[in-house]
Parts: sequence; C-alpha cells; structure tokens
Amino acid sequence: MAAPSYGLIATFDTTPDLHHAAEKVRDAGYRNWDCITPFPVHGLDKAMGLQRSIVPRISLVGGIIGFCTGTSMIWWTGAVDYQLIVGGKPLFSPMFAFPVSYELTILFTAFATIGGMLFLNGLPMHYHAVLKYEHIRRGMDDQFFIVIETRDPRFNLANTKALLEKAGGKNISELEA
Amino acid sequence: MAPANHADTAAPAILQEVKPALLPRAILISNNRSFSWITEKICGIIEGKTPTWWWVCFALACFVASFTVAGIAYLIATGVGVWGHANPVNWAWDIVNFVFWIGIGHAGTLISAILCLLRQKWRTSINRAAEAMTIFAVVCAAIFPVFHVGRVWYAWYLFPVPNSNAIWQNFRSPLEWDVFAVSTYGTVSVLFWYVGLLPDLAVLRDRFYSSGNKVRSALYGFFALGWRGSNRHWSNYEMAYLILAGISTPLVLSVHTIVSFDFAVSLLPGWHTTIFPPYFVAGAIFSGFGMVLTLMLPLRAVYKLEDLITQYHIDCMCKITLATGTIVGYAYAMEFFIAWYSANPYEGFAFINRAFGHYAWAYWIMISCNVITPQFFWFKAVRHNTSFVWILSIFVNVGMWFERFVIIVTSLARDFLPSSWGFYSPSIVEIFTFFGTFGVFSVLFLLFIRFLPIMPMAELKAVTPQADVHGGGAHH
Repeated sequence: MAAPSYGLIATFDTTPDLHHAAEKVRDAGYRNWDCITPFPVHGLDKAMGLQRSIVPRISLVGGIIGFCTGTSMIWWTGAVDYQLIVGGKPLFSPMFAFPVSYELTILFTAFATIGGMLFLNGLPMHYHAVLKYEHIRRGMDDQFFIVIETRDPRFNLANTKALLEKAGGKNISELEA
Repeated sequence: MAPANHADTAAPAILQEVKPALLPRAILISNNRSFSWITEKICGIIEGKTPTWWWVCFALACFVASFTVAGIAYLIATGVGVWGHANPVNWAWDIVNFVFWIGIGHAGTLISAILCLLRQKWRTSINRAAEAMTIFAVVCAAIFPVFHVGRVWYAWYLFPVPNSNAIWQNFRSPLEWDVFAVSTYGTVSVLFWYVGLLPDLAVLRDRFYSSGNKVRSALYGFFALGWRGSNRHWSNYEMAYLILAGISTPLVLSVHTIVSFDFAVSLLPGWHTTIFPPYFVAGAIFSGFGMVLTLMLPLRAVYKLEDLITQYHIDCMCKITLATGTIVGYAYAMEFFIAWYSANPYEGFAFINRAFGHYAWAYWIMISCNVITPQFFWFKAVRHNTSFVWILSIFVNVGMWFERFVIIVTSLARDFLPSSWGFYSPSIVEIFTFFGTFGVFSVLFLLFIRFLPIMPMAELKAVTPQADVHGGGAHH
C-alpha cells in the first residue's frame, strides 16, 4: 500500500444484509471496524460484538455530584456563611434542601450523560476519513456501510476485500486517510 | 418422541406451547414509504423555497410579538405598577401566564421522555416538534417571572451568585425551588432536543454539501459535531438518549409539582391543598397536548405529512387529552369535596365563591373547556374529523389558561377577612404582554419549521418495517 489508506468501505442496501455481514466481520476477529447507518439498527450492537455502553456510569457520577452540590450549597449558604432565621425554620434541613438538590441531580446527570456520550464517541470531530467518502450522503440517508480500518492487525487488503465481498458488500473501495 | 405421537391422536391435557393471538402492530408510517422518501420529505421542507404563507405568518407573528416588546419596554421604563396588581391580588396575570406557558411545555417532554420509556413508537412523528414547542413555551413562560420582579436588572439575584450584600437566597421558599426547577427544565429540554437533532443535522450537512450550498453545510455541520452514523456512536447515543428520557420523566413531574408548591405551600384557602401536585401535572399534560394538536394538525395539512402523522397518531393524542382532561375534571370535583369535607369555613367559601362569586364566569369557562370539551374525544367520528379536533384543542388551551386564572385570582381576591377583599382586572400593559407571547412563540416555531427538520428522520426510519434486521418479522 503506497498511498496512505484509512481502510476499506463496503455498501449494503438493507438492514438484514448489513446485520449478517457485521456478524461475519465480527467472527473474522476484526477489532478496528465500524458500521455506518442512517439510524440505530436494532440488534447491530450484538452483531458487531459491542459491549454495553458505559454512558450510565458517567451519568451516575454526574447525578451524585449534582445532588451533593445542591445539598452542600444550601447547607453552606444558609447554615454556615450567612445565618439568617426565616419564618422560625431551621438553618438547614434536608427536607427543604431536597427539591433544589433533586433538580441539580437531574441537571448534572444530563450534562454528564451528554458530555460522556460525546467524549466516548470522540465528538466533535469534524474531519474524518469516512466523511470524505463520496457516497457518505447515502449513509445518512438510506444505505449502510461497513468500514474496516487499515490499522486493524488482521487487515490485509486482499483478504479483507474478499471477506467484505463474501459478506455481500458492494462498491468496495479504499478510503483516503 | 412419545408425546409427539400422542399429540397426533388426541389433544394433550397441557398444551406444549401457548400461542397468544398476535395483535397487528399499528402502522406508524403509511404507504410503506422508503428510507429515502422520509429523508426527501423532511429535508425538502427545509431545502425548498420559502413558501409565501410562511412569510405572511412570520410577519404577523413578529407584529404580535411586538406587543410583548412594547409591554415589557413600558414596564421597565415605568415600573411594575403599570400592571393591574393591587392589594390583595399581588399575583395575577404574570403568574397565570407563567403557569400556562410552562404547562404547555410539559406535553413536549411527556412525548419525548415518558412515551419513549413506555416504548410508544408513535411518538417519533411528533416528538421533535413537541420538544421545540416545549422550549419555546419555556421561553415565553420565563418572560413573566423575570419581569414581574420589577427591577429586571436584579433578576440575577434569583440565582445563588455572590453579591455585595453577602446575602444568599432563601432555599426554604418554593419560589426559589421554582427557579431551579424551571431553569433545569429549560436547560435539559434544550439538551435533549439538541441530542435528538444531531443525526438529522448531519443529514442536512451532507445534503447541502452535495447541492453546493457550502455556507449552510458548514453551519449545519458545525452543530452536527461531525456525526457520521457510526454504530459505535449510535450505541452510546442510544444509551444517552434513554438516560435523558429517564431523567426527563421525573424532571417534568417535579417541575409542575414545584410550580404547584408555589401555591400549595402557602396558607391561602383554595391554594393550600395536597392535591395540587398531581392535579397540576395532569393539567399541564392536558394543556400541552391541546397545544400539540393545535400546532401539528395545521403542520400536517400544510406539508402533506399524512403518511407520517397518521390517523392513529391523532387518535393517540386525542385519547391522552381525554384521559388527562378527565383527571383534571376529577381534581375539580375532589377540590370541592375536600372543601366541604374539611369543614373549614374559609376553604368552603373559597370554592363557593369560585363557582358563584365575581369570577364565576371564568370558573364556568374553565369547567366547560376542560371537563366537557375533551369528552368529545370518546367518539371516533370526532377524532377522525381533523378540523373539529383542532377547534376542540383551542378550547383546551383557553380552558387551561382560565384554570390558572381561577386558582390564582379568585383565591387572592377573597381570602380570610372581608375587609381585605379586593377585585382584580388586568391593565392594558398586561394584556399587551400576554397577547404578544403568542407572537414570540409563533416566531420561534416558524423559524424552527423553516430551518430544522420537523421530524426526527433517524427515529422515523427506525420504526419502519424495513429497518428490522429480521426482515419485518414478529420476532419478539
């Protein structure tokens, strides 16, 4: 391979075709590969051998931080920094601190979830080899692609191409890095 | 193989296998449309020439919105006294309008979050527009509490920002809880909406790129964050979306609960009731679905979206309106019952006064719009008559505004001592400000339908039969 190449891309017209092909690529032991789909295809994670997403763990951390932020802010401002008795009520109580802490739990969970999702996905990334593919527009519309990267240890131009062909891929072409 | 042989001759006492009757799945997209048809249909709305009706509506909406601008400009220049508030009614249209608008927003979150968790796939056709409605309704709602503080340049005192007086907010007050509830609600609604938009923005980026419009491609592309439809991304995305739905559900319930605490935590007869949180939440969803119908039915007709918003979708929305409207009716009845059963003379008087006092006209408008109107949705013929459904949805909007007016103003105008009673009527400034918010809302909504995909294309494609990897079979 003289010219630097990102990998091979193959086109599939239907979700069952893509699903079966993904199973074949997974079983062939590839690691650095991906499916490009216009919508989340049900069951494709399993066909690709993907683990369950770890976004929920990040969300949980965000939620805990949010709740603690709310409660400690109300405790510190009301019971420590500037003590002011209002309506004969205690300076701090977890009861009246709850609604605000609850809302901040949700707010921080949302930030963590979206931030975590973008971080795990490596987004934003406006430049990507896949986005330079001339038919990528169809991948956002009605076609499905499988991309196998050259950096995969099992990548071999001839063999990988044969695998994609056998799996039913069409228009197999090399992606410019 | 003995049991099998046995089965040939006589039916076994216990069935080997139970085959429940399969209910046909509701068809969510009519006429078996293809993926690319969906893309063309939704993107075509944005890519096509701006229709004349859009400009007409936009100009009209800007004109109406200018009333809010005028009302607020006059308020800032003069003071909050330009509103009709006077003892004992120091909270009136400002809070009525706030609760009205924030309630409308709730249907958007219900559709995007609760129906997502309940796997109601019909939500996909309407969730984008409903979420947009939520955000714009929150914008309209926020105008009122922000400006009712009078000196609006001090509105930041609502947030715990260190200030030169070294004093902090009173976190014992439901009004402060409301600040956090509404700002969280606004923020999470925008984030949820944006996350849903990501894949669709990528579609527009690529379409504008290939049609040679590099500026719009770059703009959509900037916000699409380089989305490339990778399944490794979808995996995290789907999980994040599910979690956002999961946290938005308690959020939407808590927001209107806390809004109702603004009243319920006080000691005023007619406000001080424990039924308020569920009653307010049901009312919010009721009014929100009223608004969703008001918006979606014309949109469906104008853009010929009958294949995407089918009769089934309208039926579902009407039924939710019916259910929540009936819950609201039950709450009205229960308030009266408890007022009598509590044997509290002030509580009893507050409700008799609502129905037969100075504001009885408002009360009966509320009852007829909110309790009687939705009952029409029991009938299939009504649900199938789109124009009639639209008219009923307007009545729902009107009725829910009056509900807040009745709750807030009648209770304040007639509290404990007759010597402190009063009467409230709005000033022209308040009328201007409120009237204009419909323009503000319409301006934002019109911009939305012009520049953003009004339906989530990726989600619509995912509910078509051809999206199923098992070829559309009923595999589970």
